[in-house]
Amino acid sequence: MSLLVQEVVNGLVLGGYYLLIALGLSLIFSVGGVLNLAHGAFYALGAYIAVALTRYLGFASAVAISPLAVAALGILFERFLLRRFYAADPIVSLLVTFGLAMIAEQVIRMVWGAAPLSATMPQAVKGSVIVGDFLFSRYRLLLLAVVAAVLAGVWLLLNTTSFGRVVRAGIQRPDMVAALGIRLEPYMTVIVMLGVGMAALAGALFAPITIVHPAMGSDIIIVAFVVVVIGGLGSFWGVVLAALLVGVVRGVTIYFAPAAGEASVYALMALVLLLRPRGLLGERIEKFE
Amino acid sequence: MTGKTRRRVLQTGAAAMGAFAVGGPAIVRAQGEAIKIGHLTPLTGFLGALGGYAQLGIKMAQAEINEAGGVMGRPLDVMSEDSVNPETAATKAQRMIERDGATVLMGEINSASALTIMQVAARNKRLFMSIGARSDALRGKNCNRYTFHVDIPSTVMVNAVGKALVRDNMMKGKKFFTLTADYIFGHDLLGAAKAFFDANGGILVDDELIATDVTDFSPYLLKLRQAKPDIVCSNLAGNQVTSLIKQYAEFGLPYPIVGFNLNTADAWAAGAGNLSGTWPTVWYHTLDVPGSKAFVASFIKRNGKPPENHAWIEYVSLKVMAQAMSETRSTDTETLIAYFEKQPQFDILKARKGYFRSFDHQMIQEAYPFTVKEPDKMKDQWDMLTLGAAVPGPDEPLESINPSKEQNACTAIKA
Repeated sequence: MSLLVQEVVNGLVLGGYYLLIALGLSLIFSVGGVLNLAHGAFYALGAYIAVALTRYLGFASAVAISPLAVAALGILFERFLLRRFYAADPIVSLLVTFGLAMIAEQVIRMVWGAAPLSATMPQAVKGSVIVGDFLFSRYRLLLLAVVAAVLAGVWLLLNTTSFGRVVRAGIQRPDMVAALGIRLEPYMTVIVMLGVGMAALAGALFAPITIVHPAMGSDIIIVAFVVVVIGGLGSFWGVVLAALLVGVVRGVTIYFAPAAGEASVYALMALVLLLRPRGLLGERIEKFE
Repeated sequence: MTGKTRRRVLQTGAAAMGAFAVGGPAIVRAQGEAIKIGHLTPLTGFLGALGGYAQLGIKMAQAEINEAGGVMGRPLDVMSEDSVNPETAATKAQRMIERDGATVLMGEINSASALTIMQVAARNKRLFMSIGARSDALRGKNCNRYTFHVDIPSTVMVNAVGKALVRDNMMKGKKFFTLTADYIFGHDLLGAAKAFFDANGGILVDDELIATDVTDFSPYLLKLRQAKPDIVCSNLAGNQVTSLIKQYAEFGLPYPIVGFNLNTADAWAAGAGNLSGTWPTVWYHTLDVPGSKAFVASFIKRNGKPPENHAWIEYVSLKVMAQAMSETRSTDTETLIAYFEKQPQFDILKARKGYFRSFDHQMIQEAYPFTVKEPDKMKDQWDMLTLGAAVPGPDEPLESINPSKEQNACTAIKA
């Protein structure tokens, strides 16, 4: 029984990591109507740049700088590529970002090689903390704190600033926003920067505990997409809930039926889609109906 | 008038250049039609990093052979592609034989893909040299007379590490918790491990089957802690092992960890200070054998980094294949099978020569257990492992660490 509770808690921690990637994906889709399949590529770039910088700057600075560098790349990505496809059929942007994801993967392979890079965490955060019967990896607790801080920042940005008001209005009624004389494009630039920056942060933070290899982006994009679908579009808390749920369901399934661990996530998505096609907390968004 | 002349000059010039372009290669090819070799190896997925090294190895052997005049005066043409998954591997193998004119098939690391290519080879009665797949079953119940296996099988890896564990008092009466890759290779490795535990007094308390695309091991590590084993043992494959090692170090669990399968590229990716324990290998670039050292030096010169074990094995495999074709003066499948089944000895850059055992077509060779160097004793980032003495020992027969005819029966080959 206590192991089951541990698996639930551990699943929540893991959910935080899915969250960093899925939240940006969801924001970009909700505001721009673009399903960014290249999101995983920015996650991979975040990891590679962090590993490359760690050699010169140390771990903490590398993890801080890498998402900023990738966010800067996000400006170019939005300005010169994504912007052309907001009005187009979603299938077009889907194909373009899918192509970009493949190009990015090959570029990583050409620059850094096909073999995985080695990445280690500072000795100080290795090991685990035991609280009662619970075992927590020290590093993952740190990771959870970073995720919580980022999450709070994004929530405040969306809900307490004039920037956030425009973005939320843009999600629901872009035509109305336009009628009020506000151009959504500069807002989209910031949303994309934020989204890919969070993905890069996830990559940088996870480099020491997962494999840094060229295809790591395409490995993660599917799970991130599943989280967005389960959570529902346009909903901040929907993505949060879905990410945590996916982490917990996977952990609990591994407790009962280890071999079904990975499949459980997709079974959950199928179930949610059957019962609530709009996702758990998905809002009714006119432009997608 | 002048314009017309100029046009004609240009036309003639273009025609001449066209003739050069077409005629050039034809003159080079006059020394003999290339011998085409179909090569498949995973370049993507959880074994992709290993496949990258495999390609570097076979390409280097191809270049050396062709620079020395080829085989029977004909150059080798290794057509190398990503095998992707078992279904695609089979489709590509069939196409390479049917349309691309491959005289033999070589390669593979994934045991499941090797199995489907073996079936294509048997159906087309064409030779397949399975280079990097390690599942026992491929040599046993799934064997066929068209396939030859170069890499060490699961049982040899278990024996190499198991003997070291017995020596270090880490076997008899010890409780083992195993983590196993959920496909043919992992299942097979677990089978070999169980047999070794049973024969040597080890106790298997629990096993977890783990899908090959898992990147987060934390739920399994929690289960493992609950079971409180004496020793944790990995039967994982490819970059699964890298993730496990990194996260095992992350959680800092107190149980010693060992494993029955690890490729050097996956050890390198785990990073210094994360890996510990005893593991098996088929070859490592610090091996103290002159031929091996020369190979390592010229590989580093070519590629700027030391070869991984899959680079070595592909290199020696193509050399073995070229030697077989040269000595028989043939690329005919039956002739080559008959040649290999006479058990000729090949220099595979190890202290003892290797040969294909006739009854299951397994390359019989030395293997090595290794332990991990302290980070401050490493000369460079590649210098991670300390090789143990070769098994079997110099006075034991080479076959003694392989499964016997009775343990792993191959009935399809009657040599």
